[in-house]
Amino acid sequence: MNIPVRRFDTLILGAGGGGLRAALQLARADAHVAVVSKVFPTRSHTVAAQGGVNAALANVTPDNWHWHMYDTVKGSDYLGDQDAIEYMCRAAAHLVYELEHAGVPFSRLESGRIYQRPFGGQSREFGGAQATRTCAAADRTGHAILHTLYQQNIRARTHFFDEYFAIDLIHDDEGAVLGVLTMDIATGEPLVIEAKTTLIATGGCGQLYRTTTNAHINTGDGMAMALRAGIPLQDMEFFQFHPTGIAGKGMLITEGARGEGGYLVNKDGERFMERYAPNVKDLASRDVVSRAISIEVREGRGCGPNADHVMLKLDHLGSDIVAKRLPGIRDTCKTFMHLDPVDTPIPVFPTAHYAMGGIPTDRFGRVVMPSGDSPEEVIPGLYAAGECACVSVHGANRLGGNSLLDILVFGRAAANDILGFLKNNRYHRPPNQACIDKAYERFARWEKRGDGESVQAVRADLKKAMEDHCGVFRTEKIMQEGIDVIKAIRARIPDVRLQDQSKVFNTARVEALELENLADIAIATMRSAEARQESRGAHSRIDYPDRDDAHWMKHSLYTLQDDSLDYKPVRTKPMSVETFPPKKRVY
Amino acid sequence: MSGIARQPGLERLRWQCRRGLLELDLLFEAFLDKSYSSLSDADKEAFNQLLEQQDQTLQEWLLGKTTPEDEAMVRMVRLIRDAV
Repeated sequence: MNIPVRRFDTLILGAGGGGLRAALQLARADAHVAVVSKVFPTRSHTVAAQGGVNAALANVTPDNWHWHMYDTVKGSDYLGDQDAIEYMCRAAAHLVYELEHAGVPFSRLESGRIYQRPFGGQSREFGGAQATRTCAAADRTGHAILHTLYQQNIRARTHFFDEYFAIDLIHDDEGAVLGVLTMDIATGEPLVIEAKTTLIATGGCGQLYRTTTNAHINTGDGMAMALRAGIPLQDMEFFQFHPTGIAGKGMLITEGARGEGGYLVNKDGERFMERYAPNVKDLASRDVVSRAISIEVREGRGCGPNADHVMLKLDHLGSDIVAKRLPGIRDTCKTFMHLDPVDTPIPVFPTAHYAMGGIPTDRFGRVVMPSGDSPEEVIPGLYAAGECACVSVHGANRLGGNSLLDILVFGRAAANDILGFLKNNRYHRPPNQACIDKAYERFARWEKRGDGESVQAVRADLKKAMEDHCGVFRTEKIMQEGIDVIKAIRARIPDVRLQDQSKVFNTARVEALELENLADIAIATMRSAEARQESRGAHSRIDYPDRDDAHWMKHSLYTLQDDSLDYKPVRTKPMSVETFPPKKRVY
Repeated sequence: MSGIARQPGLERLRWQCRRGLLELDLLFEAFLDKSYSSLSDADKEAFNQLLEQQDQTLQEWLLGKTTPEDEAMVRMVRLIRDAV
């Protein structure tokens, strides 16, 4: 098969905020940049980040980056790497001002300065009073950033491959990454894009779970590509859940609903949070509420014909409060459930929101993996940034407002390092043909005809299995069963067939490739979670309820080829300040 | 260009319905499966126009927070909401 080839200096997979921030830096430095995006760039999931971006501007309350750093380290439950966290928090203000100059319409205070709002987990003076740190452009911060960056990239002449699907990384005999095999979704034809550097910025993988807030595009394509290239994934057991998503659909019902006096009931009408958190009840922390809902359902007290959710009651609050303070929830419920929360309870279940784990990188965005004696050997030419990467600035748990910051800071950091790499590597290296053939084989495999299972059936089983065995309720037994279940589901994939073999915009084919990606990430997540015998941040186990710093203050690394787990130490030494030693995390 | 020539195939449309927001994915998926094929040519054309809008705007329209100015868009929003 003679596959056409295009060559660029530098290639970026994914056109969300991280990819576009990097692309802009590179294009402005006159590098020949290609961005591959499976959907039109401004339809990336960055638009869903409504909250804002954290930066210690001190526009509302006194603040400094060191306090922000403390909050992030504490929020990460001491699994975050403190050098990367210091770097991120120090860079934050500069990046926000840069966006302001680029045209992001931040909301304003009366003084004319950038508007900032308070968010959970933010403090002054290292754990003191609430800080007000999150810079916002109304409720469309992610949208505003994405659109601004896209416009600037068009102006800087970044080359976009819109609606191209990246299949697998290609490399040379020495292991340097040299680009990717893609499919043009419009024609179904393959295209090799060769580049001296490749940045993976493909975002998260919430579609691993049946109930998720993530859009359908969030299938972890870049993470899975890295896995298949022999690169381990780091800390995949840490997945952030929101306690209240609309059952079976996933849309978020903000915690404000319980803040306004809403409460949860099981099928007997019992206000069950009274049993789990007698004092704060429904206002207990996210993980406590999530786990309580999950236990109610597991123990047969769930609501509905399948007894698979609980109810959130707002009907006692009165229509005035619901209309005034929770209009978004009312719109969502009316649109999708045809119910008005003013008089009918809302069916809810914990919903998967954000992957803290991903492709291991250093604070320059370079992808690193253990090799010989070094736990962090740089893979030449390969970079990752944003949710698909694990720097790790979020550790075991991400703070609100830090994900937009992450993509901006490390998108830029990666671009800076890429520019240095390009200076020292001026010529294209020849890729290994066997590796292109292998990627092509995976792509062409979906042309096999005949009877077989459907993509939809296997995907539904995979997502349900992840929800049941690797959701918020985790025990040894449940997760060991989960490993077997996921392996059995993976074993069905070779027998899946596409009924539609057309080439033009064959979305079934894209979905088949996405299913393979999800299945690879599922086993990485399941195995990492089963192995970690402690509770830390978002990974919470019934049978190991405490954090165990002596044995587990380390990063997990899962390798697909030999189905193995390895570990590496947390970087506890910041760049310039003192280490924040682990303390009990109380809010 | 005639109306019919400008209407892309359903498969292409299905991909245009993949958006950055879960809410839009679910609304458009249900609409394509249940209602799209029975639309008039004019409505199909309006749906294509609607898809050109930005995700945030679409979310506001389709969840009822704001109302489009264009009558054809108002009608399309109603048809999509009816399909969920």
